[in-house]
Amino acid sequence: MVELVWLIPALPLAGFLLLVFFGKRIGEPRAGWIGTGAVALSFVTACVVFAGLWNEPEHTFEASLFKWIPAGNFNVDIGILLDPLSMAMVLFITGIASLIHLYSIGYMHGDSRFPRFFTYLNLFVFSMLVLVLGDNLVLTFLGWEGVGACSYFLIAFWFEKEENASAGKKAFITNRVGDWGFMVAIFMTFFAFGTVTYTEFLPMAPGLAQTTATFIALMLFVGAIGKSAQIPLFIWLPDAMAGPTPVSALIHAATMVTAGVYLLVRVNPIIAASASWIPWMIAIVGIATAFLAATIALAQQDIKKVLAYSTVSQLGYMFLAVGVGGYSAAIFHMITHAFFKALLFLGAGSVIHGMHEEQDMRRMGALRRIMPVTAVTFIIGWLAIAGVPPFSGFWSKDDILAYALHKSPILYVIGLITALLTAFYMSRLVFRVFYGDSRWGESAEGELANLNAHTATDAADAGAEDHADAHEDSHADTHAGHGAVHPHESKWPMLVPLIVLAFFAATAGVLNLPFTENLEFLNRWLEPVVGENQVHLHLGGAQLTFELLLSTTIALLGIFAAYMVYLKKKIDPSRIELPFFANGWYIDQGITAFMGGIGRKGFELIAMFDKVVIDGAVNGVGRATRGGASRLRAIENGYVRWYALMIGVGAVLIVAFVMTQVSF
Amino acid sequence: METAVFIVCALIVLAGGLGVVSSRNPVHAALSLIATLFGIAVLFLNLGAELLAVVQVIVYTGAIVVLILFVMMLLGVDSEEDLETEPLVGQRLLAGLVGLLFLGAILAIIIIGKESIVTGSHSVTSAISPTVSNITQIGTELFTTYVFPLEVTAGLLTIAVVGAVVLSRRPRDLEPIPEPESMTDMGDEPLTAIPEEGAH
Amino acid sequence: MGSNLSLAYLMLSAILFVIGGVGVLIRRNPLVMIMCVELMLNAVNLSFVTFGKMLDDISGQIIVFFVMVVAAAEVVVGLALIVAMARRRPGATADDLRTLRG
Repeated sequence: MVELVWLIPALPLAGFLLLVFFGKRIGEPRAGWIGTGAVALSFVTACVVFAGLWNEPEHTFEASLFKWIPAGNFNVDIGILLDPLSMAMVLFITGIASLIHLYSIGYMHGDSRFPRFFTYLNLFVFSMLVLVLGDNLVLTFLGWEGVGACSYFLIAFWFEKEENASAGKKAFITNRVGDWGFMVAIFMTFFAFGTVTYTEFLPMAPGLAQTTATFIALMLFVGAIGKSAQIPLFIWLPDAMAGPTPVSALIHAATMVTAGVYLLVRVNPIIAASASWIPWMIAIVGIATAFLAATIALAQQDIKKVLAYSTVSQLGYMFLAVGVGGYSAAIFHMITHAFFKALLFLGAGSVIHGMHEEQDMRRMGALRRIMPVTAVTFIIGWLAIAGVPPFSGFWSKDDILAYALHKSPILYVIGLITALLTAFYMSRLVFRVFYGDSRWGESAEGELANLNAHTATDAADAGAEDHADAHEDSHADTHAGHGAVHPHESKWPMLVPLIVLAFFAATAGVLNLPFTENLEFLNRWLEPVVGENQVHLHLGGAQLTFELLLSTTIALLGIFAAYMVYLKKKIDPSRIELPFFANGWYIDQGITAFMGGIGRKGFELIAMFDKVVIDGAVNGVGRATRGGASRLRAIENGYVRWYALMIGVGAVLIVAFVMTQVSF
Repeated sequence: METAVFIVCALIVLAGGLGVVSSRNPVHAALSLIATLFGIAVLFLNLGAELLAVVQVIVYTGAIVVLILFVMMLLGVDSEEDLETEPLVGQRLLAGLVGLLFLGAILAIIIIGKESIVTGSHSVTSAISPTVSNITQIGTELFTTYVFPLEVTAGLLTIAVVGAVVLSRRPRDLEPIPEPESMTDMGDEPLTAIPEEGAH
Repeated sequence: MGSNLSLAYLMLSAILFVIGGVGVLIRRNPLVMIMCVELMLNAVNLSFVTFGKMLDDISGQIIVFFVMVVAAAEVVVGLALIVAMARRRPGATADDLRTLRG
């Protein structure tokens, strides 16, 4: 059964090929069903393969499909490495992707490029599966670039709007910085080991010189922070929300952005062999990102922006887990996060859809009566991310914090503060969208007076309206200014994924309950991959109880605080929603100022060099070629018979040469 | 006897070949081609390749030459060609020179080398059997050793048929190609793709 | 059959090949050019069969079989090209089609 593993990426690829050539002819909604079917079949295959993997030694299966780049002693095969880590990734990627495909059939209904959307989604799933299943760094890099390209296509899917196109470019360029690090790491790996295949170089890692290992780990980390949106390369992710909401759920929350975490977990022997400041740096960058993004999320008005910064924050937790040696905790949180964040994004999409492309939370409220299914599922997702037991987010976040405490109490405390902020801003979102008074169709300005208007809201506001315009063709009849907005519940293709995801967001914690070792299924499952370098925690009953109780208190405290601020209105929200947070700590503005000011001088210098030396050389070659060519051109007179004659002359010359070589 | 057949057929073949090259009327050229092909068919028989001789007559003279003649009549391109003038200066001289040099070289190799020019192992695929008939032997080989190339030729023929249909279909917006004279001056202008100076 | 006769076959083949080649070089009517290419192909076929005989190997005849298939395909496509060309430029010779040049 496990031999069927090649089908897992092949099915989405087949779907992609079918849709890319015949998508327009297939049309809506059949293109959507084909795309969904391809990924759903891939998920079924993954389940079958999973069942087969139990019987393999160490739960690991390798298959080399064919040779890709045989060049001297540099060999890259198209090969599959199916081990507990990639199996876990494949299962949740294909599962969530199937649900999001189904959801998209409802969400993208009426879009003029409906088939193309599913073409890109299928290509994305294929690339993501290549990324996690590839048995070497180069193949992983291929998938890495593939998901990056799909991310770009899908962020800029409604490219008619300038903002969407620039958001796509921003994501692409920021990712490029990280990709550079990844590429250097691949070169270094080949230089150090003579191979890039995981099963060949990872066992050799403990014998590696520490400086080399440190350098490779550092470069891989640079790659990972680009893809997984960590400081300082997180700036692209909030803008990536310009894409359709299913894309935000699939690519920018559940799967692609976790690729960096996957990569670091995959190369854990290298991190173990590197200098001790590397894990510290990963942990500090992770916790700093988690905290910074959580503060920014406090003050966002766009429902998707809140979720985007929340994603950045949760990814920070995963990096923290990697840094403190809790690899299985990172994967555990990756899986639970994929469930509840996909659920939250899809719920937000359902709200946006029901509100006729409204994304500003100031014009929502009291939606729980009109959208009961969306509201209930969203609330489950909210409780999960806020860390309320027994929902999944509680267990995974607590797992990470336990590892953090083992490493350093400071990391633990900041982690708890971030958890408090998380509970607070997510409760703010839920209260403003589903509770309180209905503010549908109200102009944002009326609210602005209450909220002490600050600069960023205008930008967010404009973005939201533009977004609405881009998609208005399907709702032209109802989307008439801000006057009559009649929210409605979404149709079943959008609700079914919400319900399924809500079920998993609530229960995925059972994958890894901390009470006894027997209940830590995920820990034991991942043992063959990360076991050697994983920190093994043996928490006593008292400490465990204390930690669990503290986490629960923190979560409830955050929810209570948000309740006091946003429902009871005891405190003016503007004292929390500082412009400093709303503007994302002015990081974007800072980069713009640097690139426009000091940075520009440097670039001009480089441009001068480019113009004089590089262009000079290129133009010199061009002129020389032109001079030679204008003389040689006389031979090319266009007569086919003349050309045939030249072939004849060549034949005579060859025969003459052969005659000089052969002796009878 | 074999030598006599060879001499007669060789003369027919050469006469036909010269006829193809030198007939001003393309129809005459086609008829000369038929003579050549028949001559070669007889030579095949002489060499013991009975199947090829039959196929040569059926496929070449029966199909290909008839197809050429058919196209000739269809398009009315059977006008006589002026062989007195040659627009390309030196083309005939060079062509003759290349032909003679090539022929001289090959003949020299054959005359000097004699049998030693045929290198390689004997009977690699299978020896020509004196008992099994020629057609049986070729058929067996085609469907055993050479079955994959045989299948590939099927693909090739299909592609050729489709290609011929596509090429000869009359396009809807048929426009005559401009005469080359109107385009001759185009090539002598300076290229503009590369700027003269590096400055932008 | 004496081996000298085999060499005579090869010489005949060489002569026929050169006749066809020179024909391609000096004729302008595309149909006649195709016929000259057929001459060259037949010359090669003859040498193949002769070599097969000299080496006592049936594959010399089999490759001729394949050459014939390829030649048939070539003629079909070549004639289609001539038909397409003649539709647009009636009476054009190979020399008239020289817009593709340096």
